[in-house]
Amino acid sequence: MSDRIFGAVGLILALGYAWAALIIEESFLSDAVGPKAFPLIIAAVLGLSSLVIFFKPDTAPHWPALPRLMEVGAAILVMILYAILLPELGFVIATALAATYLTWRLGTRPVSSVVSGCLTSLGIYAVFHLVLGLSLARGPLGF
Amino acid sequence: METLSSLADGFVIALTWQNLLLALLGCFLGTMMGALPGLGPSNGVAILIPLAFTLGLGATPSLILLTSVYYGAMYGGRISSILLNIPGDEPAMMTCLDGYPMAKNGRAGEALSLSGISSFVGAFLATWGLILLAPQLVKIALLFGPAEYFALFTLAFATLGGVASTNQAKTAFAAALGIGLATVGVDTQTGVPRFTFGEVHLYDGIDFLVAIVGLFALSEVFLFLEHRHGKADASSSKVTIGRLMPSWSLLKSCTPTMLRSSFLGFLAGVLPGAGASLGSFIAYTFEKKLVDKEGTFGTGDPRGVAAPEAGNNAAAGGALVPMLALGVPGSGTTAVLLAVLLALNITPGPLLFTQQPDVVWGLIAALFIANVMLLLMNIPMIGLFTRVLLIPPRILMPIVAMVSFVGIYGISGSSFDLLVMIGFGVMGWVLRKLDVPLVPIILGTLLGNAMENNLRRAITIDNGDWFALIDSPLSIGLWTLAVIGFLLPIIFGKVVKARMRHMARDEEGSTID
Repeated sequence: MSDRIFGAVGLILALGYAWAALIIEESFLSDAVGPKAFPLIIAAVLGLSSLVIFFKPDTAPHWPALPRLMEVGAAILVMILYAILLPELGFVIATALAATYLTWRLGTRPVSSVVSGCLTSLGIYAVFHLVLGLSLARGPLGF
Repeated sequence: METLSSLADGFVIALTWQNLLLALLGCFLGTMMGALPGLGPSNGVAILIPLAFTLGLGATPSLILLTSVYYGAMYGGRISSILLNIPGDEPAMMTCLDGYPMAKNGRAGEALSLSGISSFVGAFLATWGLILLAPQLVKIALLFGPAEYFALFTLAFATLGGVASTNQAKTAFAAALGIGLATVGVDTQTGVPRFTFGEVHLYDGIDFLVAIVGLFALSEVFLFLEHRHGKADASSSKVTIGRLMPSWSLLKSCTPTMLRSSFLGFLAGVLPGAGASLGSFIAYTFEKKLVDKEGTFGTGDPRGVAAPEAGNNAAAGGALVPMLALGVPGSGTTAVLLAVLLALNITPGPLLFTQQPDVVWGLIAALFIANVMLLLMNIPMIGLFTRVLLIPPRILMPIVAMVSFVGIYGISGSSFDLLVMIGFGVMGWVLRKLDVPLVPIILGTLLGNAMENNLRRAITIDNGDWFALIDSPLSIGLWTLAVIGFLLPIIFGKVVKARMRHMARDEEGSTID
């Protein structure tokens, strides 16, 4: 079943891609092939392979139960928040929070997670910023 | 003779204090990454590229660092195979078969040092193979025009699934997806924006480094979250290491095995679509057929440890041949190394050898240096690396995630790239669940633009005649190979894969996913 859905999604993607290729505005100065032809070939390959996947599906993979799926979803959400808040909070605080969360959710006890998260953040800051001189996001506190 | 003097020049470039330190660091990090289950060579190199890039290292030093990581990971994979019966990376799968039984018999130390020496022999011979074969391939490649290059790229994609591919439709899907991603952005030939939907961030196209780190490193984190692998932090302390140096007679009895396996592994590495996993598989099965008369393979036969290790390290070296000489990588990790080159604005291929010989020969010299360092590091310091295995993934994976974020943020300093990377991470996780290979996606984003440019150039030269693509015998030959390479796995793929899985499962009784 998974592969049928995957094939269908792939087919929609291929059609969308082909449509987006067709509406590319060509400039008056163009080579013999133009900017549309190659994407259309790729769209064809994408569509054909999706059709094959749809009609000859493999055995479905083992999808996790809902709680595990929520777990992955929550981690994605935390990472998105991290990406957005990084410039606001500064590297050290944002990273400590995100690393603590991930360590905790991977099965470490809460207190140890906080310790490990802070150490991860400070360690990366020390190695990459202080030693190697990489510029990391600066927060309101200057780190 | 010319080759030797070029090689000597390479050593002059590679033997500076900075480069030696970078090689040492790369070997160390690589071995650790190879040893840790879940972090293979591709992941290791992928995480480190943005870092090498943002640190502002030059072309040769970055290449030295990252190829040392590559070779190091090939060495490191065996440690957890032997001690824990969990392959540190895919190529080390075959090492479990005899390595773990040896460790159970109290000969872990011998197995580790023997496999270290086999790795050295395999990589050493393969580097010589690279030196001899690559310039010959360059001579052929100089005959290539745009049409031949287009056919060559198609060949690379068609064979990428490899002989062991189970579903070619998914390989083709992945390749098309990758190439499609590469077409996002302003068209290089006419300056028209394509697939950008008015989003200014997309005008430059999607940065392939963002895609690589997301697909490889972040998807690994999601997989860990899903399974919550607490089990991998097993106790390696239970295994007694035993004596460290194998006896001379043991080494002598394994020498023919190492030589044969190195040769086979190198061949598997050079051929498109094979890579290191197949190299170790072929070496092991061949050796088993040839010398295993008493049926000791699988019960801790030292030759069964020497064969796959020599094989996979030789394949790692062999895979560099098409990558450097043609600019077309034959395996996942070399695809990531290609990304390194492109990020440094170096276009691999025949012109690299004539225009930037210092990069090529510096790199080759660095391979020799890294190899010697790895041998020296891996025998006395093996205790240290076995302790690394005790770091539980629940601590390690967050560090991997955070370092990936740091690397990507360091390049552009934009949150947008981080969001794109998370998107790729999610996509990589779903695709891995669906058994869609990720390497063709990466290769597509890397080569998509070059492929399109060659296509358009070839046809423009012939005034818009599409038959220009099959005009020369060379390109017809390449197209034929591409078709055969794509169709062959449909016929034989299931058999080969089933045998690889079967052997691995049969003889060790553990699960490998």
